Amino acid sequence: MKLEIKNLKFRYNSNPVLKNVSMISEPMVTAIIGPNAAGKSTLLKCMCGILKAEGSIILNGKDLKAYQKDEVIKAISYLPQESSTNAIMTVLEATLLGKISSLGWRIKDEDLSASMDTLEKLGIEDLAMRQMNELSGGQKQMVSIAQSIIRNPGVLLMDEPTNSLDLQRQLELFDVIRDITDENKMTTIVALHDLNLAARYAGKVILMNGGKIMAAGSPASVITEAMIREVYGVNARVTLDDEGIPQVIPINSTRKCGIKRP
Amino acid sequence: MNVKSKAREPREGEPGLRSSLRMNVKAKTAYKGITRKKYLFLLSISAAIVLTFIIDVMTGPASLSANDVISTILFPAYSEPSVQVIVWTFRLPIALMAIVIGIALGLAGAIMQTILDNPLASPYTLGISASAGFGAALAIVLGVGVLPFADTLFVPVNAFVFSLISCMAIYGIARFKQATSETIVLTGIAVLFLFNSLLGLLQYMANPEQVQAIVFWLFGSLTKANWTTLGITVGIVLVVIPLLAMDVWKLTALRLGDDKARSLGVNVERIRIKGLILVSVLTATAVAFVGTIGFIGLVAPHIARMLVGEDHRYFLPFSALSGAFILSAASIFSKAVVPGIIFPIGILTSLIGIPFFVWLLLSKKRGYW
Repeated sequence: MKLEIKNLKFRYNSNPVLKNVSMISEPMVTAIIGPNAAGKSTLLKCMCGILKAEGSIILNGKDLKAYQKDEVIKAISYLPQESSTNAIMTVLEATLLGKISSLGWRIKDEDLSASMDTLEKLGIEDLAMRQMNELSGGQKQMVSIAQSIIRNPGVLLMDEPTNSLDLQRQLELFDVIRDITDENKMTTIVALHDLNLAARYAGKVILMNGGKIMAAGSPASVITEAMIREVYGVNARVTLDDEGIPQVIPINSTRKCGIKRP
Repeated sequence: MNVKSKAREPREGEPGLRSSLRMNVKAKTAYKGITRKKYLFLLSISAAIVLTFIIDVMTGPASLSANDVISTILFPAYSEPSVQVIVWTFRLPIALMAIVIGIALGLAGAIMQTILDNPLASPYTLGISASAGFGAALAIVLGVGVLPFADTLFVPVNAFVFSLISCMAIYGIARFKQATSETIVLTGIAVLFLFNSLLGLLQYMANPEQVQAIVFWLFGSLTKANWTTLGITVGIVLVVIPLLAMDVWKLTALRLGDDKARSLGVNVERIRIKGLILVSVLTATAVAFVGTIGFIGLVAPHIARMLVGEDHRYFLPFSALSGAFILSAASIFSKAVVPGIIFPIGILTSLIGIPFFVWLLLSKKRGYW
């Protein structure tokens, strides 16, 4: 699915958070990077309709407002930043909730199969009977992802999905996200702080700062030493690996910090 | 965690279709196992309620056998007239009221804990019962002699209006700058104190007969029950149940957090307001007809959560049935503690509820919230 944003504006009270944001996303992994308070999370919430913004969100050539609510929910899946829950239910039941719009009093066999298939796809089928409140942060995050992808959305929006994961699980998670994106021809947009993950897994990187899009393009064209210094206020070394993927090594902050010595 | 890249590709010697069928069977078997256990719990508590109901009707100044009770309920025309009067006029409305009020309070507590995302929320601990009590007392003091239908309509309507006001006040503060669950509980305690103070003021201003009526009424007693009030309560509970049943999945989704629920298409604000209105209706009905009965709304959902989890298709019915069981058992104890005297049930439920409440606080690490 092609997702196009035109002149999106959003403000919290009188505070403008998104200032005329325009972008196009196609079926691939797109990473939105930028410092804190750049507007990344707000942009994702506006895209899935949780926040109502001014401007246009166009899905496959049709304005989002012209779609039925159910169609939007089916097409766009959103994984919030803080998605850990202590709900007392099994992983299988929690995954089923991803198909909430089709759930009745009696669970259909096809929904159960879809739930189990999704858990298998993510390699967590052995957790199916475990209670959610017994899982680690990383396992809960995987269940959240299962909830998001069970209904085969055309657009998957993820806000900092690797927050509570260790290094190995971060890479495993992105391997899965990339595979699912390719397999289902999905438009996946991920808000990320980790520039190296963005560079390695995204086909396109969008840089945001102060509610505006500062740059968009291939990882190598956006993630540069000059950009990191200007936007993040960090001196860093950026090298390209054998595949032409940028690798960021932060050196220090451009601001003077630390203990004042006499 | 072993993430499988490209796991959908069929494995060697195992066609994708066969793998999918195997998964289908596995999912069905697993899910059947979960639901069977839940149905077993629901069936067990239903059987326990039938048992406490029969014992409740048997217990009283004139002891009746189980055989007397069952035969009089099923075949009233063939039973002794005195037994028929005891069972049908005095004990049945009370025993049934215990079950229905237990259902109402169990449901009210379960909804409150879900929509406020707080394990300490209940109509009693957050002052909803106190505000309904104040509303009803206000009707007793001001309404008697003023309105001819004061006893039947003015009291419950007043109780409802005040419980709704306190519900909305708690919710409004909860929303204000995304207050934490601790703030919600503290607000509820403030509401509880406010209405208790106002109730005190009302008692101070009332004449001795009115004070006596208010105090007796606030103790919480099932002896006020009769077939008319039972009918109204049953009617209200029967209206509320389908309204909740249509939102079971939305309420379950709320347990995943507001943003996740919103992304699943749940109108979080609407379901919270609807939930609070239903809590007000259930609490006000209970308070208006049997007085203040505490801790059922707090305890019943926790028992349900531990036994059947938080899939609200099972959680809500089990909370309701747990409430019914506790109140029905408390009704038996209220008659058995001092033979010949019916102890106010509100006092009993609080006495039983406090140790449970303390245990709940101490066992926080068990992970049931």
